[in-house]
This record gives sequence, C-alpha cells and structure tokens, in this order.
Amino acid sequence: MNQFLSQYGGQIAELTFEHLWLTAAAMLLASVIAIPTGIWLTRATRWANPIITIANILQTIPSLAMFGFLLPLPWLGERAARIAIAALTAYALLPILRNTYTGIRSIDPAILEVARALGLTGTQRLFKVELPLAASFILAGLRTATVTCVGIATIAAAVGAGGLGELIFRGVASVDNRLVLAGAIPAALLALAADAVLGLFERKLRTPAQ
Amino acid sequence: MSAAIEFRDISYITKQNRALLSNISLSIEEGSVTAILGRSGSGKTTLLRTVNRMIEPTSGEVRVSNQSVQSVDIIALRRSIGYVIQETGLFPHFTVERNAGTVLESSGIPKTERIRRSHELLNAVGLDSNQFAARYPHQLSGGQRQRVGIARALAAKPSTLLMDEPFGALDPLTRIEMQDMLLQLLKSRAAQTRTTVLMVTHDLDEALYLADRIVLMDTGNLVADLTPAEFLQSQQQNVADYVRAFHRGERNRAASRGQIRTREDRA
Repeated sequence: MNQFLSQYGGQIAELTFEHLWLTAAAMLLASVIAIPTGIWLTRATRWANPIITIANILQTIPSLAMFGFLLPLPWLGERAARIAIAALTAYALLPILRNTYTGIRSIDPAILEVARALGLTGTQRLFKVELPLAASFILAGLRTATVTCVGIATIAAAVGAGGLGELIFRGVASVDNRLVLAGAIPAALLALAADAVLGLFERKLRTPAQ
Repeated sequence: MSAAIEFRDISYITKQNRALLSNISLSIEEGSVTAILGRSGSGKTTLLRTVNRMIEPTSGEVRVSNQSVQSVDIIALRRSIGYVIQETGLFPHFTVERNAGTVLESSGIPKTERIRRSHELLNAVGLDSNQFAARYPHQLSGGQRQRVGIARALAAKPSTLLMDEPFGALDPLTRIEMQDMLLQLLKSRAAQTRTTVLMVTHDLDEALYLADRIVLMDTGNLVADLTPAEFLQSQQQNVADYVRAFHRGERNRAASRGQIRTREDRA
C-alpha cells in the first residue's frame, strides 16, 4: 500500500487537479450560458419548453458517444481538454437552466406584482428580488450539475483529456484493481466534497422561512 | 376644482373581447378617501390598477395630479404612488426595515436617510422600530405584515395611495385597529402632503368608516358615486341591494327581537 502510494501518489494528485480543472471550467461555462438563458426564458415563456427539451435531450446522450461526436469537430476536436469541457458543459446545462427557470417562476406572483407597482426597474427586480429569491434553487441546480460532471469527467480520459478516469481506464486495461480504486476513490470523494460545500452555500442562501 | 385622480372615459376590453371596464369617468378630489365597492369581478381592481399603469386601459385617459399617466415615465409614476394589496407582497428576504424603505432604496436615497425614514414610518404605523426593524416578514403576524406594507407604500411620501382590499385578510378586530391606524396616519400626514386614497373593498362598513365618497361598480360599469350618508339612504336599486346584503344578519337578529334598529339610532 505504502509502496503503491509512493509510486502513484504524485500522479493521483496531478490527475485530481486536472479532474477538478475540467469540471470547474465546464461548470463556469455552463453557468454563464444557462443562468442568463434561464432568466430569459422566464421573460419569454413560450420558448421555455422547446429549450428545456433541447437541454434534456443533450442530457440523455451517453457520455462516451458525446465524446465521440465532438472528436471530429474543428477546433474543439483538436485538444482533448476542449472536447471534455464542451461535453461536460452540455451535461451541466439542464440542471442549471431548469432550476434557474423554475426558481424564478416559483416566486409568489404577489411579490413580483408589488415590485413592479412600487416602481422597481427591470434590473432592480432581477437583482434585488428575483435572483435572491431564486438563489437557493439555482445553487441546487449547480450542485446537481457539479456532482454529475465530476462523475462524467472520469470518462473524459477515453479521449485522452486526462483526469482521474485515466487511472481507472489503465486499471481496467491491466486488470489492476488498485489502480481502478486509485482513480475511483478520489473521484467519489471529489463528488461528495462538491456536494457538501455547495449544499452548505445553498442552505445559506435560502431565504428566511423558505 | 383640484382633481388628484381623474378617470376620463376609461374602457378596458380584454383580448377575449370582454369589457372589464366600460366608459368610466370619475374625478377624485385631492386629499380625499374614496372607496370602490362592488362584487367580485365588477372591475374594482382593474380600475384601481389603471392609475399606476399596472393595466393600460384600451381607451380613455387617466390623469394623476393633472397629468396623463401615459405622459409620465412609468417608473417615476409608480414610485410616486403608494400601493398596498391584500397579500401584502412583502419581500421575504428583506428585513422589515428594508421592506419599509424599498421605494427609497430603489430611488437611490442614501442609506442613513432611508433608515431614518423607514423607522419613522414603522413607528407611525404602530410598529416599534427598535423591536421590529431587524425582523423578517415571516416573523410577523398578518396585521403586522400589513402595517409594514402600509409603511412601505407611504415611505416615499406619495401624493396618491392605492389600496386593494388592504385589510380583507384580517380578522375583524385587527381590521378595525388597522382602519383606525390608517385614518390617524392620513390625518397626521396631512400636514406634509395631502394623500389621496383610492381603496378597493367589498366591506361596506369599511367604506362607510373610512371614505369620503363611495363608488359602486357593477360588471365594469360605475353605477354610483355617493357620500356615505347618501349611499346608505339611496333608493337606487343596486345600491340598496348592496346595503341590504350587508345588514342581513343585523336585520334578522333585530327582527327576531321585535325591534328594528338602524345604524343612525346607534350613532
């Protein structure tokens, strides 16, 4: 065991970092796309169904196939990390988009009505009322997306994007369970940690009495 | 003749071609309290909401302080008009203090002034600001919440106050406390600005107690515009019906005791 760790310890740390980086980049990208889109959908509700359906379909594509689809694309396909981040972003869209949309839509209409009637501008309503009241919803979506992405990121190793999946794939290929675990355990711990930390924020952001 | 609010031939027809308001003309004197009575669906709330342009009438013109509401910037217009609804609509993530100062905050009034003003208002609506300022709406009773709602509506010293069944969800005892508080507040504020109040209610008692004029609406039409005394004695069928509906229980009881007492006897 000690020998194993001293042999692979550095690699595990490096791959964990890589794993984290891929996930974080994808989450950032997905948030930048999905939160504004979710907000926009609350203003253009007739688009809500079609667009959420598209995000839903993306979600159902098997991850290995998704990486495969992206491989031949120009620019994206050139670098394995780009493929990985694009694929992870696609998976993260739905939970964030859906939660942003439902979070804002589930605000008591009387509150929004009064906000309008008291002369809050559109921007003030969004930043002072809608987003704060939907914040815990949106964060719950981010949390689901992050946990999903940490899991799916292990498959990114299949296209050579690195991450903890690399150890798992190598372990499978060489029938070495220790290597599989060396990838799987840190990946599981990452997911749990992300879940716990974001869960903490989510509770913090919950409005009083919500 | 100083009309604070004037409805000029207002109609509102929905996309489904239903007339919710039909050719309403009404002039409301500055500093007065006007109650709009009528059954549910008579168009009371719709009429009220044309004043702050929450609803845009399909024809006609609404004027506030001798200016067409259409010609004024909508945000500025709404900030100059207090608005209170039955559901209160307090922001659950704001403290009582911040709720009371919402309009001041959104108009960019400096924080110290905002806090001073919202504390002043909280005390004026009967909430000890030291005790309540830091609380959240869910920590208040229904009556207390509505007090904060009124403080919020008045914080920016609006010349017009719109109230949509403000006390409709409260028990009768709390309701009369609130009515007294409102009257007192309007009287005490009269020195600085003359607030014109337009209030939707279906509580005749409330209208009689608070209002200088009572307007009765029926299926989108304005059918009466009377003083409280005239309203009670009116021979007009729909007015008399409304009055009778309200005193049914009273009459019944009185009749069974073999004596019919009118409101005037008690007064």
